[in-house]
Amino acid sequence: MTTVEPPVAVAAANLRKVFRRATGETVVALDGISFSARQGTLTAIVGPDGAGKTTLMRLVCGLMTADSGDLDVIGINVAANPQEVQDRIGYMPQKFGLYEDLSVQENLDLYAELHGVTPEQRKAIYPRLMEMTQLGSFTGRLAGKLSGGMKQKLGLACTLVRSPQLLLLDEPTVGVDPLSRRELWEIVLKLVRDEGLTVIVTTSYLDEAERCDHAVVMHAGQVLAQGMPGEITAKAEGCTFMATPPDGMPARSLQARLFQLPQVIDAVPEAGKVRIVRAFAEERNPLALNGAPIPLEAVPARFEDGFMMLFHAVAGGGLRNVMTLDHPPTGDGDTIAVEVHDLTRTFGDFTAVNHVSFEVRKGEIYGLLGPNGAGKSTTFRMLCGLLPATSGTLRVAGADLRTSRAEARQRLGYVAQKFSLYGQLSVDENLDFFASAYGLRGTRKRDRIAWAKQQFELDRFSDLPSGQLPGGFKQRLAMAASLLHEPEILFLDEATSGADPMARREFWGRITSLSEQGVTVIVTTHFMDEAEYCDRVVILDAGRTLAEGTPAEIRAHAHPTEGREPTMEDAFIAIVEESRREQDSPIARSAA
Amino acid sequence: MIESLFRILALMRKEMLAMFKDPKSRVSLILPPILQCLIFGYAATYDLNNVPYALVDQDRSAASQALVAKLDGSRIFTRVATLDQAAQAAPFIDNQQAVLVIVIDRDFQKNLSAGRQTPVQVIADGRNSNTAGTAQGYVGTILAAFGQEWRASQGLPGAAVQVTTRAWYNPGLETRWNMIPSLIGTITMMMTMMLTAMSVAREREEGTFDQLLVTPFRPSEIMIGKAVPSMMVGVTQSTLILLVAKFWFQIPFAGSYVILYLGLVLFLAAAVGIGLFLSSIVGNMQQAMILTFVVLMPFMLLSGLTAPISNMPAALQYFTLINPLRYAISITHQVYLEGAGLAQLAPEMLALVAIAAVTLPFAAWMFRNRLT
Repeated sequence: MTTVEPPVAVAAANLRKVFRRATGETVVALDGISFSARQGTLTAIVGPDGAGKTTLMRLVCGLMTADSGDLDVIGINVAANPQEVQDRIGYMPQKFGLYEDLSVQENLDLYAELHGVTPEQRKAIYPRLMEMTQLGSFTGRLAGKLSGGMKQKLGLACTLVRSPQLLLLDEPTVGVDPLSRRELWEIVLKLVRDEGLTVIVTTSYLDEAERCDHAVVMHAGQVLAQGMPGEITAKAEGCTFMATPPDGMPARSLQARLFQLPQVIDAVPEAGKVRIVRAFAEERNPLALNGAPIPLEAVPARFEDGFMMLFHAVAGGGLRNVMTLDHPPTGDGDTIAVEVHDLTRTFGDFTAVNHVSFEVRKGEIYGLLGPNGAGKSTTFRMLCGLLPATSGTLRVAGADLRTSRAEARQRLGYVAQKFSLYGQLSVDENLDFFASAYGLRGTRKRDRIAWAKQQFELDRFSDLPSGQLPGGFKQRLAMAASLLHEPEILFLDEATSGADPMARREFWGRITSLSEQGVTVIVTTHFMDEAEYCDRVVILDAGRTLAEGTPAEIRAHAHPTEGREPTMEDAFIAIVEESRREQDSPIARSAA
Repeated sequence: MIESLFRILALMRKEMLAMFKDPKSRVSLILPPILQCLIFGYAATYDLNNVPYALVDQDRSAASQALVAKLDGSRIFTRVATLDQAAQAAPFIDNQQAVLVIVIDRDFQKNLSAGRQTPVQVIADGRNSNTAGTAQGYVGTILAAFGQEWRASQGLPGAAVQVTTRAWYNPGLETRWNMIPSLIGTITMMMTMMLTAMSVAREREEGTFDQLLVTPFRPSEIMIGKAVPSMMVGVTQSTLILLVAKFWFQIPFAGSYVILYLGLVLFLAAAVGIGLFLSSIVGNMQQAMILTFVVLMPFMLLSGLTAPISNMPAALQYFTLINPLRYAISITHQVYLEGAGLAQLAPEMLALVAIAAVTLPFAAWMFRNRLT
């Protein structure tokens, strides 16, 4: 150890933690974890669902004790003195306990009081927190009325009110739109760089890990690798390429096919091409599809590529994500599946959706993108017939679902943002109920349920109450339930929110496969890279349409950046910021 | 039509699974009604079994001794003190050692023998007016009987008018006979209203209601699928209470089970209708819980369970018209104790149909039209 390195703030050695499920089986959450976080640095803990990230965070802040191993936090043995550690650190769990019926200011005051922050200290820290989080003009607003991004910022402010020596953030950006996510990260980076705070953050956004000083990659309770993000990235050096799809083939179709190849570790659509990670750097044979070679262009690796490389080594490939439908929807691709014209929805004097129009053709994947509060969910709920429109017309599969007869709803599937099947009922009971709800009976019902369980690999969970399913499998069950009746149109509301990189690839593999068989898919998402899977997207903000078109057309809005192609996220931020600048004066007026 | 029926059956199956899958919730649907019924049966009774009293016998004659013997022999009255002067009696009342003080005048026997009226003073602890009133009533009955007997034993002519009371349908005038049949409605109303009010609220809170609304379910199908399982639970609970009433408390059942169950089904439809109505206007389970309690309290008080409706102020009497429990108690009383027939019960039954016919469709309409 050299003297130039800052002292260690958190030192963990051989941590082990085992849980026992209600059903009796044991789950090894942490299986010999060792890592250290240095003072004044930013450490990212990344890994898929169930890797043990949250358990590790809870051990660090003394909410649990490890079965074995040593853990020192800011020089204190946590297991022996949890209170002493808790008095000095700040922890923001995934669901921060904001009081939704209290205002921003009241929440801050409450946390200040809970932590014994004196009024003098508050006078000093409040203006700083307000300036940092830009919540100054919203102090009177109820926390429950804030957008997702603002809630997280308020949670962060409440955590920082006692000036902790160490800040622990557990998935702080889940469900937060790109703009708010960027703002949150600016705050966190400022805390580390300017104020020398030690921060440990867990995340499933791998681009976030890239900005940290130290990354710990976890899998199944073990550390796969740790080091500077560059060291993780280096694992994929020389293996990353951009593949150009043949004419007429959407990037996502090429992606889905390449992803099936054994020598391809990762494939994601990006900027109209497909970014792939090949298993071996020295392999120079061109990839071929149906005999035709795929042109490849080498590109620099990034953190995500290195992460996928690491993962492939332990978890292997073989992601099954090709779905086969018994009865794919019929009709040609020019049929209009969803038609929205001049759609408006107001709540009192607030306009949630403001004259939005778009059309989705059969078999298209159509994305609704926008920051928190843009009106995506409201539009979605109107499309599904859950909310009446104030004005305008909408037709889904030729009918307005709000006024149409029950038969029209037979033709669509809906997966809500939040897991919304019956948690106390088993997987089988849920599938059985939804199959019956869609009028399936007898052999056909049995066949469809068997199909769904096989396609989504749910067989081994048949009798488990669905509320106890591991995160990724809840998502699968929700999708399985929505596909039992083979809908023509599938609505997916932030289906990948909180999902890990593997689960997202798997999910999109399924969507691509459904769309190729003629199912129309409408999605909302916060992950801008996922927009690359869409045929067309619409970007909404404050209820208005800002841009609509293919991913390539949307990307053209981005300001050119040196050194790389603009991403969907760059374009999204550019579009929203430009529109907000134009609207600046009216927004300032309405906020005042 | 057949499709609709299958959907309703699927929803009912799901509701039953949700209610009975968990052993804890199974027990909580079966045990509380029985326990409540037993507790009410034993605790909520206005009958007095033990009345402690203090005696001030200023006469100390054969007649006064005979009266005291009759009181003490009644098995209801227990003498806690025998005093010389009325003034000594106050502490016994104050310290709640005695409910009554009975003061026998010094001319008791002389007046009786002369055929004159003779006062016996009964001082009661009015802090509990119910007990005091009932105890005074008992003393009055015993005194009247004693007067008759005394005169007869002395060969004196009996009183010109002799009052003979007989209580129909409840010859022993036992409160329990009045209380337990009322519980059939009261307890099941509590449970079924809570159950239905929570069921839609839980689905809204957990997001499953939206999932239900995007399936081909029609609001009316959801309404039926939610109402019927709750009613089935209600009928089961009613049966349990009925069994306790008949076989544990041995209250004789005078009427027709068919008519009783018809009344119960209508009552449960009305109660579930109100539960669903509440459920459809609240946003989450906490609100559903609070609102159910807020509504249940007046329904209980204004049902005739504890106080007769005819004694209530006119405005409150009108309110009882929309209270299904009022009709349920009336029906169970009439069927259970009187053996009433359909014709007699028609007004109550129709009132219940009317309540269900308003609340159930309203709830179904609200499922889809609630603006949130």
